[in-house]
Amino acid sequence: MSLLDLLTDYTIQTVALGACLLGVISGLLGGFAVLRRQSLLGDALSHAALPGICLGFIIAGTRELGSILLGALSTGVLAALVMLLLTRRSRLKTDAGLGITLSVFFAVGIVLLTYIQGTGNAAQAGLDSFLFGQAASLLRSDVWVMGGVTVVAVVIVLAFWKEFKLVSFDPLFAASLGLPVVVLEVALTIMIALAVVVGLQMVGVVLMAAMIIAPATAARQWTRRLEGMVLLSIAFGVAGGLAGSLISATSRGLATGPLIILSVSAIVLVSLVLAPERGVLWAHLRHRRNQRQMRGAQVLETLYRLADHHDDPRYPAEQGMVDAYHGFATRQALTRLEGRGLVEPVRHEPETTPHWALTPAGLAEAERQAGAATREAV
Amino acid sequence: MLEAFFNNPAAMIIATGVLVGLAATLVGTFLVLRGNSMVSDAISHSIVFGIVIVWMITREQSGPVQIVGAALTGVLTVVLIELLVSTRRVKHDAAIGLVFPVLFSIGVLLLNIYARDVHIDQHTVLLGEIGFVWLDTVDIAGYAVPQALLAMSAMTLINLLFVAVFYKELKLSSFDTALAKALGFAPGVLFYALLSLTSATAVAAFDAVGVILFVAFVIVPPSAAYLLTDRLSRMLVFGAAISVASTVSGYVLAVAFDVSIGGMMASMTGAFLMLAFLFGPRHGLIAQELRRRGQRRANECRTLTVHLCNHEGEQGQHEESTVQALREHLLWDDRKARHVIARGREQGLIVQRDEMLHLTEKGRSAALEILEPWRQKDPRANAVPAA
Repeated sequence: MSLLDLLTDYTIQTVALGACLLGVISGLLGGFAVLRRQSLLGDALSHAALPGICLGFIIAGTRELGSILLGALSTGVLAALVMLLLTRRSRLKTDAGLGITLSVFFAVGIVLLTYIQGTGNAAQAGLDSFLFGQAASLLRSDVWVMGGVTVVAVVIVLAFWKEFKLVSFDPLFAASLGLPVVVLEVALTIMIALAVVVGLQMVGVVLMAAMIIAPATAARQWTRRLEGMVLLSIAFGVAGGLAGSLISATSRGLATGPLIILSVSAIVLVSLVLAPERGVLWAHLRHRRNQRQMRGAQVLETLYRLADHHDDPRYPAEQGMVDAYHGFATRQALTRLEGRGLVEPVRHEPETTPHWALTPAGLAEAERQAGAATREAV
Repeated sequence: MLEAFFNNPAAMIIATGVLVGLAATLVGTFLVLRGNSMVSDAISHSIVFGIVIVWMITREQSGPVQIVGAALTGVLTVVLIELLVSTRRVKHDAAIGLVFPVLFSIGVLLLNIYARDVHIDQHTVLLGEIGFVWLDTVDIAGYAVPQALLAMSAMTLINLLFVAVFYKELKLSSFDTALAKALGFAPGVLFYALLSLTSATAVAAFDAVGVILFVAFVIVPPSAAYLLTDRLSRMLVFGAAISVASTVSGYVLAVAFDVSIGGMMASMTGAFLMLAFLFGPRHGLIAQELRRRGQRRANECRTLTVHLCNHEGEQGQHEESTVQALREHLLWDDRKARHVIARGREQGLIVQRDEMLHLTEKGRSAALEILEPWRQKDPRANAVPAA
């Protein structure tokens, strides 16, 4: 299939639209979830959507997306409330609360799923696709529903941008200003449930958690500002969603959810390693450079002190001894100092081991260093 | 008789379920206490990756190789999470949520690719098929023993041994990691051993209940037990009892409604947790409410005695010591005033003569205990009985 065919294919267009919507809503809300350290809440909410999907199906009697998503949303919100109740009103910690709601709601969902299968309703075949997501089964009407939900979420977030931002970074200050912190937090939680609902058909309940966390985590590496982070997070979500769903739609038998998750996770990996400033690679290089500079200065100082001690500015210091004194191989540091013209290799007959002595420039540099250190100490 | 046991599918299913519950509760108790419940969620997802990789290398779908492979996968998961956290660019919870979906995704995609050759599909991975455990048997001493039952018995035994041998060390490192470290108990090593056992148990249980329902057995029964008791030994016993009760009742209900057996068993753990949450003897919601009410009532009685004591011997005593005064000065409504007076009389703190309320000796000392605590010689002599 050529690129042009891909772009004009009706199914592919539908899938691409769905992926964009998924990227927008999960990127938008993931930013807040990750900042508020609620990353795993998405995991619990998405697993908890399963019983809702089944209930929606049982009540509506068909695989009609609207009622299924409504069901998913209501059990998701219920799960969030149960979790809050368990952690606020008992001695259980957050991790246990999350684990309990996640596994029990999912178990109830499995029970309902098998109940539907047992009733022999032919239309149930599609429900399985909510587990891992199946982009190919996406209908154009589904996309309208997803689009509607996304628009609502975007409008709410834009309308209360300032409030959400404050609650995410400093809930105590927000409370002291008289903002309804609890209401805002509940609103954010409900909207995470909305994002989960939008992602159900594309990613499925099991992997939706990563779709909330990954784009936001990747975006966080590139910027310090919430505005930029959310925009980037949306972009990453859309890119990952498009890549994964298009691969899935054009290959046979590969589940969509895992492909989308691997795509966004690849973005996370690249961001963690390569993002300017925060990138692990740059940090590592910075560390190496600092270490190299420090070692050079240390070795130069050692040579200087030896020369001073022996009253001989050209005192030949044995490399092995300098190694032993510093506890690391100084050969690299010495070679670099030689490159800067500060030290030079010398022979010290009858010994055959390498020796090094300060050059006049090295002596001056070492004295300058020592002077700087003394001034600092004073 | 043994033969009848091994030939009875229902007995086999329940026995497997019970063993899954016991083995999971043994390790889960310590994960819940350490606040690491969600790590078990991560592990149980990522073992799918381990199972597929081990299958690709050895072509074995179950057995000891798979269990060892799963243990390694569990450790790999946690090492990756720690690695992400150690970059200090990702928080711990986000790291969990990033690592396991990746491993799980790779596992599922490999399953998709090798779908024709391997007998596990993505649904078995998620849901398990405890209903069919009795079909896959091995011959032991003339009995056809289901393989899942055998694997779960082995894992239950290993977990039991581990907990029994390292009980003291596990206890200390769960409650006070710093002290455990200082005493040289290597809590880190112990934690990794615990995680390895969790993943090994997960892979043994995987055929039966699938990965997500396994999480229910790891987290929910110990959490329910945690709401019922403050002693570690009892928490283990209660957790085990709850998982046994869940599996048995889950089986019965699943058969009655013809639904997923594993799903029903896991749902029942949730039901028992709710019971513990509501009716737990000390930490339960109702017990908390009753305790709060008891304290409120005791406080009301104290307020009444203090009020009467303050006005004792004053000119206005006959005004202050009436039911009317309680309404106006303490802002109590009639019903409340009546109840408090009744309780005060019951406890022998006050007596009522005509319309006037008088303190008894006991009531006076109760009030003085609050008004002039320095006078008290023996604090036990005149303590107010709690309502």
